[in-house]
Amino acid sequence: MKIPYFPGCSLKSDAAHFEQSAIEFSKTLGVELVELPNWNCCGTVHSLTTDDIMHHLACVRNMVHAQELGKQLGTNKLITLCAMCYNTLAQVNELAKKKPDDLKTANEFIDDLPDYEGKVEVLHLLTFLNNYVSFEKIAKVVKGRLNGLKLAPYYGCLLVRPEHVKVDDRERPVLLSKLLGMVGAKCVEFPYAVECCGSYHTVNLKEAVIEKTYTIVNNARENGADAIVLSCPLCEFNLDKRQKDVKAVYPTFEPMPVFYFTELLALASGKKVNVNAHYVSPENVLRKYGL
Amino acid sequence: MQINEGEIEKRDIFIKQVEELSGQNLFGCYQCGRCSAGCPMVSRMDAIPSMVMRLVQLGDEKVLDKNTYWVCASCYTCDVRCPKGIDIAKVMEALRQIKLRKNLNYVDIKKIDGIEELPQIALISNFRKYTG
Repeated sequence: MKIPYFPGCSLKSDAAHFEQSAIEFSKTLGVELVELPNWNCCGTVHSLTTDDIMHHLACVRNMVHAQELGKQLGTNKLITLCAMCYNTLAQVNELAKKKPDDLKTANEFIDDLPDYEGKVEVLHLLTFLNNYVSFEKIAKVVKGRLNGLKLAPYYGCLLVRPEHVKVDDRERPVLLSKLLGMVGAKCVEFPYAVECCGSYHTVNLKEAVIEKTYTIVNNARENGADAIVLSCPLCEFNLDKRQKDVKAVYPTFEPMPVFYFTELLALASGKKVNVNAHYVSPENVLRKYGL
Repeated sequence: MQINEGEIEKRDIFIKQVEELSGQNLFGCYQCGRCSAGCPMVSRMDAIPSMVMRLVQLGDEKVLDKNTYWVCASCYTCDVRCPKGIDIAKVMEALRQIKLRKNLNYVDIKKIDGIEELPQIALISNFRKYTG
């Protein structure tokens, strides 16, 4: 099965190990993620004002590319990995369906491409695996097991909010726990699973992110987790790389490794984790569980 | 406090501007405070989100002097918990846009500390929210 896939900026740079592990793991399921030709930045955040059609154009362009590639591959699906890309593309896609006039304006403006017909289905990889592959099949295909690795599943904001694009329950999501539980991890109860990490404040209000990371990581530890698992490259930067700044403010702070969920799926299916891509090295945790 | 007619007109214009930009009915808010209770950034705000909602209902432009809408991280927690279905994040965006459309950037790109270590996903999202 070949499915169009939108990478986004982070998956080609800081989160290259996220993309690589997702592509490798999908292959073991017989799914080939086909990168969109000529994709561009999604804009990272959805424009929330009613008159701001200009900032939706980047997403509409990507949807046109997905529509055209989908026609060749015989599918209307588009898979995303980054939570921010998912959210931005899915919100614009919803808007295209709800406001045909705005879509018409966007289509008229983008005069070098075919019109977007509003029929592409934007899916996060988690939803795709749940709805179109099934976690039971994954458990059968994946030979290895994660040996009871204790994880705090962190969804952040953009996978579960706003209501019309959520991939799971917005207050108590279970997809990550269910999926990783199927391949032998043990996900702990984690009240901060849908708490904001501070997001783009990491640029101009670093202190706020330091506080958030300190609280979230400590809570994960108090609940018995040895690592955090997530799906957003910005959350990853804030929760992993910012631990250096947390340590500078709170000297007794104990660092905790952070994984993308696909890294663990790939690990369970016999691939290695690229430990050098992590700021907080996961080596000790992996050794503890014999992985 | 007495408000003269000119002032009432000015306030009506401001209310209409925020309502049009956000697409929200500001008068749906009945001040339950649930948005403020769940806001992850509330400790850094000089007016809590429900207070901002009240000020925009009153058409009080002094709301633009508060830091609330800049500190908002657009996490949508208030949106999904509002019992009246108001997208408060959109009201915050409307206030940001009122400032940004006057060319009043909140972040100066040249003065960002440690810009080299920041990933593009952080920079782009920040500039999209804080520059016009």
